[in-house]
Amino acid sequence: MMRHTISVLVENKFGVLSRISGLFSGRGYNIESLSVNRTTDEGVSIMTIVTIGDDRVVEQIIKQLRKLVNVIRVRNVSEMDHIEREMILVKVHATQRTRPDVFNIVSTFRGKTVDITNESVVIELTGANDKILAFLNVMEPYGIIEVVRTGAIAIGRGSKMTSEMK
Amino acid sequence: MMTGAQILIESLKKEGVDLIFGYPGGVLLGVYDTLYDSDITHILPRHEQGGVHAAEGYARATGKVGVCFGTSGPGATNLVTGIANAHMDSIPMVVFTGQVATSLIGGDAFQEADIIGITRPIVKHSYMLTNVEETAAVIKEAFHIARTGRPGPVVIDLPKDVMAAKAKFEWPEKVNLTGYNPTVKGHLGQIKKMLRLLEGAKKPVIYMGGGVVLSEANEELVKFSEITGVPVVSSFLGLGGFPGTHENFVGWLGMHGNYASNMAVSDPDFILAIGTRFSDRSTGRLDGFAPNAKIAHIDVDPASISKNVQIEVPIVGDCKAVLKQALGEIDKFNWDKNASARKEWREQIKAWDKEHPFDYDRTADIIKPQYVVETIYKVTEGDAIICTEVGQNQMWAGQFYKFNRPHQFISSGGLGTMGYGFPAAIGAKLGCPDKEVFDIAGDGSILMNIQELTTAVQNKVAVKVAILNNRYLGMIRQWQNMFFNDRFSHCDLECQPDFVKLAEAFGAVGMRIDRKEDVENAVRESLKIKDRPVFMDFTVDRNENVFPMIPAGASVSEMLLMKK
Ligand SMILES: Cc1ncc(C[n+]2csc(CCOP(=O)(O)OP(=O)(O)O)c2C)c(N)n1
Ligand SMILES: [Mg+2]
Repeated sequence: MMRHTISVLVENKFGVLSRISGLFSGRGYNIESLSVNRTTDEGVSIMTIVTIGDDRVVEQIIKQLRKLVNVIRVRNVSEMDHIEREMILVKVHATQRTRPDVFNIVSTFRGKTVDITNESVVIELTGANDKILAFLNVMEPYGIIEVVRTGAIAIGRGSKMTSEMK
Repeated sequence: MMTGAQILIESLKKEGVDLIFGYPGGVLLGVYDTLYDSDITHILPRHEQGGVHAAEGYARATGKVGVCFGTSGPGATNLVTGIANAHMDSIPMVVFTGQVATSLIGGDAFQEADIIGITRPIVKHSYMLTNVEETAAVIKEAFHIARTGRPGPVVIDLPKDVMAAKAKFEWPEKVNLTGYNPTVKGHLGQIKKMLRLLEGAKKPVIYMGGGVVLSEANEELVKFSEITGVPVVSSFLGLGGFPGTHENFVGWLGMHGNYASNMAVSDPDFILAIGTRFSDRSTGRLDGFAPNAKIAHIDVDPASISKNVQIEVPIVGDCKAVLKQALGEIDKFNWDKNASARKEWREQIKAWDKEHPFDYDRTADIIKPQYVVETIYKVTEGDAIICTEVGQNQMWAGQFYKFNRPHQFISSGGLGTMGYGFPAAIGAKLGCPDKEVFDIAGDGSILMNIQELTTAVQNKVAVKVAILNNRYLGMIRQWQNMFFNDRFSHCDLECQPDFVKLAEAFGAVGMRIDRKEDVENAVRESLKIKDRPVFMDFTVDRNENVFPMIPAGASVSEMLLMKK
C-alpha cells in the first residue's frame, strides 16, 4: 500500500466533481485528500487527489478516471519528479511560559504565527506531507486545539506542464 | 428559429433515429406536441421500464442506438433499472428524461428528481441541458459517446423551459470532445507479440465475450480461429459472436456453462481474451482460472484489462479492427509448428464435451424445460432472435439454442433483470420484423412487465413468449435445494394467473401445453400468427435444476454435474 498523488485535468462542466468523487466511493477507492481549482484556462480545472492503494488499485483508479468523458488528462505525479505542498492552520495552546518554545519550533519549520491570544496561537505552515506530520507531532504535547488542512497540491518539476509530462 | 423541442426532433432525424419508445408527462408536453407532427415512429409502452428495455432490445437486435423518453420524477426513476441494465451489458442508448424548469430545480418542485445524480454511477455519460443553443451539439455528442468505444447509455435531462426556448438549428459537422477519444486500432507491436505467444502455444484457447458481438467481429474471428486452429469458448453474452455450430466452438464458460469450456480455461497454456471483462460469473474463483496461462487481452476499454486478472499482453482497440490487423500479420507466423499438439488439444476438448455435454432426461414423460428450448431451436431452424428472462429459463436458453450470428441472443447478463426479456423482445421484433423473435420466459419474470402485452397488441408485434412454467422462482428454488437444505423460503409461485386467459384478455393469443407430444405442434402453430403476440404456457417439470453448476466462489474442479 502506497500513497499516490494523482493530478487530474478536467473540463469545468456540470457535475464533474460528483462524477469523480462518486467514482471513488462507488468503487471503494479511498480519498486521503482532494483539492480542486480553476487553471489559467477558465474552462479547465485541476484536481489533486491523494489516495492510498497497491499498484493494481492505483492503475484501476487512473484507468477509470480516464474513462470519464470530462476528464482531459490524468497523471500519477508520485511517479515523476515533482513538488508537493499542503497548507495547514493550527491552533495550539500557548501561554506566556510556553510561547517562546512554540515560536522556536515554528521558526525552525519556517511557519508563520498569524494570531495570538493569552492562551493560544494560530500557526500557518506550508510543506510536503512529511513535514506537516512532523510539525504536528512536535506540537502535540503543547495541546493542539484545532487543525485545518488544505490537502495536497502537486506540480511536476521542469518546464513542461504537469499534464504533458511523461 | 426553432424551439428546443423542435431542435431535439430535428437532431434525432439527423442521427437517423426512426423509432422511439416513450411515455409522456407534464414537463414533456412540449416535446410531445412536436412529436405529433414528426414522422419518427413513437411507441408508447405501458410502463417506462418496458420502454427502456424495449429500446435496449431494439439496439441489441439491430446494432443501432436505442432511444427512449420518460417524464420527470417518477417517469425518470422508472427508467433507472433499464439504464443500469444497458450500462452493465455495454449497450448503446440515449435516454431522454424530462425535468422541471431550470428556475425550479433544487426547490423540490412537483415531479422533480435529480435523475442526473441518481443515474451517475450507471451511465457512460450524462448531460443536463441548460442552454437551448447547445441542444443539437449535446445530442450529437451523446449519440457519438453512446455508440463508440465501449458502448453504453447516455442520459440527457431536458428542463421544460429549455425545450420551450428558441434558437437557430445548427447541426454541428463533428463532435469535439477533448477528454474522449477511444482507441480503435491496436498497437501493432503488441499484436505481433500476441501472435508470437500464440504460435508457440500447445494448448491455447480464445475466450471471447460480448465485445465481439458489439463490434461484429464474427467473420474475422472465424477466420482467425480457422487459420490458427485455436478453439473458441464464449462468455454468456458472447453467444452468437462465433457460430455455435462451428467445429472450433467449445461452448460457453461460467457458472452454468458446459464442462468442456470450463475445463478448457482451467489449464491452457495461452488465452487470447477478446472483448470480455472476466466477470466473476464467467471465471469462477480466480485462482482456479488458468493459473499457468499467459493471457493476451483485446478490449476497447483499457479499464477492463488487468482489472480482475493480470494480463501479459494488453491490446487496447476495437475487437474487429484489431482482429483485422492480426489477420494482416498472420501469414508471417508458422501455424504448423504446433499443429499436432493443437490437434491433440482440440481432441481432448471434444472428449470432455462428449463426457459431459449439456444434457437432460430425454426419456421423461413430463415436459422438461430444456426440451421446450430444443424444440424451439429445431422448429425455427436456429434462425430466431432469442430473448430471455432471468433465472433457470435464461440458462436453458443459452444451453439448448445454438446461436450463429451476432445480435441473435438478447439477455440481461450483467444486471440479471427479471422482466427484461419480454419488452426487449418487442423492441427486437420492431427492429427486425422479418425475424422470428422469442422470449424464453419464467413464470415469475414474465409478470414483471406483463403490461407490455398491450404495447405488443396495439402495434401488432408478433413476438412469441414461451413460459417455462415451473410455478417456482426456479433459480431461487434451485439454490435453496442445493445450498439451504431444502428450506424453500418464498419461492413457490403456486398462485398464478391463468396465462392463457390473461393473454386473451389483452387481445393476444394464449396456449397452454401440458403434454410433451404437443410441444412441437404448439411452437409451429405460434409461427403462423403474424399480427399478435403469442403466449405459450408450458407446464414443465417443477423440480428440474440447471446443470452443470459451479457454485459461486468455487473453481472448476468443484463443478456439479447432472446425475446420470
Ligand atoms: C428484478 C429481479 N428481482 C429478483 C431477482 C432474483 N432472481 C433471480 S432468478 C429469480 C427467479 C426467477 O423465476 P422465474 O422467472 O420463474 O424463472 P425460473 O428460474 O423459474 O426459470 C429471482 C427471483 C432478479 N434477478 N431480478
Ligand atoms: Mg419459474
